[in-house]
Amino acid sequence: MTEPLLEVRNLSVDFHTAQGTVHAVRDVNWHLDRGECLAILGESGSGKSVSASAIMNLIDCPPGDIASGAILFEGRDVLKMDDEERRQLNGRRIAMIFQDPLSHLNPVYTVGFQIEEMMTAHGTPADAARARCLDLLERVGIPDFKTKIDAYPHQFSGGQRQRLMIAMALALKPDILIADEPTTALDVTVQAQILALLEELQAETGMGLLLITHDLGVVAEMADRVVVMNSGQIVETGSAAEVYRAPTHPYTKKLIGAVPGNGDMAAPLDTGIKPLLEVNSLTKHYGAFVALENANLTVLPGETVAIVGESGSGKSTLAKTLLRLEDATSGEALYNGRDLVSLAPKDLFELRRDIQMVFQDPTQSLNPRMTVYDIIAEAFVIHRDILPKAQWKDRVRELLDQVGLEASHMQRFPHQFSGGQRQRIAIARALALEPKLIVCDEAVSALDVSIQAQVIDLLTGLQDKLGLSYLFIAHDLPLVRDFAHRVVVMQGGRIVEQGPVAQIFDNPRMEYTRNLMAASLHPDPDVQAKRRQDRLALQKAS
Amino acid sequence: MAYTDPQDALPDVLPDAPPAWVSVLRMLWRDKFALCAAIFLLIVICCAIFGPMLLEDQAMRNNLRGRNAPPFDFSKDWKLWLGGDALGRPLLARIIVAAQNTIMVAAGAVICSVLIGTTLGLIAGYTTNTTSQVIMRLADVIMSFPSLLLAVIVLYMLSPSVGNIIIVLAITRIPVYLRTTRAEVLEIRGRMFVQAAQVMGASTLRIVFRHILPVVFPTLVTIATLDFAFVMLAESSLSFLGIGIQPPEITWGLMVAQGRSYLTNAWWLSFMPGLAIILTTLSLNLLSNWMRTALDPVQRWRLEISRTKND
Repeated sequence: MTEPLLEVRNLSVDFHTAQGTVHAVRDVNWHLDRGECLAILGESGSGKSVSASAIMNLIDCPPGDIASGAILFEGRDVLKMDDEERRQLNGRRIAMIFQDPLSHLNPVYTVGFQIEEMMTAHGTPADAARARCLDLLERVGIPDFKTKIDAYPHQFSGGQRQRLMIAMALALKPDILIADEPTTALDVTVQAQILALLEELQAETGMGLLLITHDLGVVAEMADRVVVMNSGQIVETGSAAEVYRAPTHPYTKKLIGAVPGNGDMAAPLDTGIKPLLEVNSLTKHYGAFVALENANLTVLPGETVAIVGESGSGKSTLAKTLLRLEDATSGEALYNGRDLVSLAPKDLFELRRDIQMVFQDPTQSLNPRMTVYDIIAEAFVIHRDILPKAQWKDRVRELLDQVGLEASHMQRFPHQFSGGQRQRIAIARALALEPKLIVCDEAVSALDVSIQAQVIDLLTGLQDKLGLSYLFIAHDLPLVRDFAHRVVVMQGGRIVEQGPVAQIFDNPRMEYTRNLMAASLHPDPDVQAKRRQDRLALQKAS
Repeated sequence: MAYTDPQDALPDVLPDAPPAWVSVLRMLWRDKFALCAAIFLLIVICCAIFGPMLLEDQAMRNNLRGRNAPPFDFSKDWKLWLGGDALGRPLLARIIVAAQNTIMVAAGAVICSVLIGTTLGLIAGYTTNTTSQVIMRLADVIMSFPSLLLAVIVLYMLSPSVGNIIIVLAITRIPVYLRTTRAEVLEIRGRMFVQAAQVMGASTLRIVFRHILPVVFPTLVTIATLDFAFVMLAESSLSFLGIGIQPPEITWGLMVAQGRSYLTNAWWLSFMPGLAIILTTLSLNLLSNWMRTALDPVQRWRLEISRTKND
């Protein structure tokens, strides 16, 4: 067998922090061949990015410390090279793209300049760099590339920025492309396009592709082989299909079991009951921009209505308008017969108790300077008539217990919890007001798959126990499939389709919904292969 | 970067928290610089309160034989250890007595400008566009005047008493706090925890004072301590121009100004009160640095860490 292109041998990396040494990765081994796609799969904190950072010389030492191991690129140990040699490798032989292209493009230079800089920094003459840059922009599919070469990063959409990053990475025809969560920040349809582009380019150039991701769907779509990591160690290696079908390590089993999209779909509720919330032709304009146009939907008591759509489809605007964080331009939203949109502030204050919200990012939605007790008890301070002060502590204890946290957590601050625990605190805060309807704005999107499953279980349990209704805004279709009773699909500020979950998923009527379904990734490589064919067929048809 | 968040490794059960003042003292004990600063400031405050009562006479008594007496002559009376001024008055006693006026002017001006500036900044940041514009343009007007020029004009018309000096210096410093507060409020009001409070039905006052102000507060404290030094020096410039505190009243700034003509042959006349100014501002900076860490729950462990190690 020939020597692999890149090999990581017994790599251990430590980080020395004030709380002692953290072993970020321990004794990691993997290799990457030419023309192969290797995926490193893991949740946050699993150390999946650390080995890639070590290859690119991106680990700050100190506090980082490469304790042992070797990284062999074409048989030479990268870690033993001096800085100049490594600089020659970076970009020219090994290139990297990142999760958030906006923060990795310099806002004050044109994209053309930045892509050319990549080449001129490695000695390409300026005119040749310009020509190559135009080729690249055309290749990665930037429309109108001849004028766009002189545009600035903010003038591109998220998907286009990722394409620019890919163009920059490929400028010098590297042998290895490292993609660190390249599509996590993108919409499903854009994600599918970017992944397709990466695959084409890989086939064209024969480079090795190292894909770092938390998403089993991306692995199923792209990877030949997969390395599963958990708390700094590799727990399983194998071909993508093998690992999915016959996981051997308990962690992998748990991870695959937690992936949504395989459960039973909920039956629609009886439509005979009086709806809790009835939205009629709700419209929101920002100047000339139409954020929400003529939205109609109903939510029954005890029902979960999911709103899906890509970014900019108006789903968050809908939530904000309902909660009066924004004022609607026209239309009405009847909650038990009272119009939320036109209610006077004093009446609205009473209704606030019934409608609560759980936000996307629990790190930002909890005040960092308040203790958990203060955060939850604020509900009682604001609405004095809920509970006499003597009982606050007991009630907070009860709420924490309800969301699966301990009473001893009361005096701690939000930063002392993990992401999943923080979202539980946010849910406890929402529950403190004893609401009937909770609006979840991407409430689990920022969480790891296994934590996501736990939070969804918690929400389902609370719904059964307390009869809550949810308006569940999400972009993750498999999750919606398992959780929702009914689904509302939005595009460009309009509702394009709505119906019971089974109807939307098994028998979508609108083309947009069908595209959305085809673009979403399934963790089973076989199912995903079939989906890809469907998607290509759809593309040909249109 | 995806490595384990060190916070995840914290033990699950925390020991019962001691009463607030004990933990504050413990955190102060951890930071020895801040501890020294606190002690020094305590001494300065004591001097400011009790100094004039005890030493006023000695500080004003001329002693022509001790004119420009050199410092560190420990055979003399303790009041002359830092030397004597041009009229033979003991420097140490004068510095102690002058502490009162100096601290009163500086603290008064800083506190007034912080209170007014922050209030206006909160209003400008959280209300309608029109109100905000009016407040900001007023701040622009104040800022467009050189602050000393403004002080000269006002003090030329009003009598240069301690109260008037505080008012003048406070007005010139208001825009600093106003602009900082407004900028921070504009950023913080868009944060999700503010929206979460709105969804709960929190009143505007509650959002401003419970959610926004605590986040702005550390920044304001830091600026205020830096400003403390600025105000002390501005007051001395006013005294130097003859429109500040008038002799026989004394301040540190005035003492620096009076010593200026003897710089070549009796450097200690300006140096000693100057040293008092420097040490006071340095202490304030150290203490505010400590306070910023101690007030921030995310940073507080830095001051608590060695305690957990000892336990």
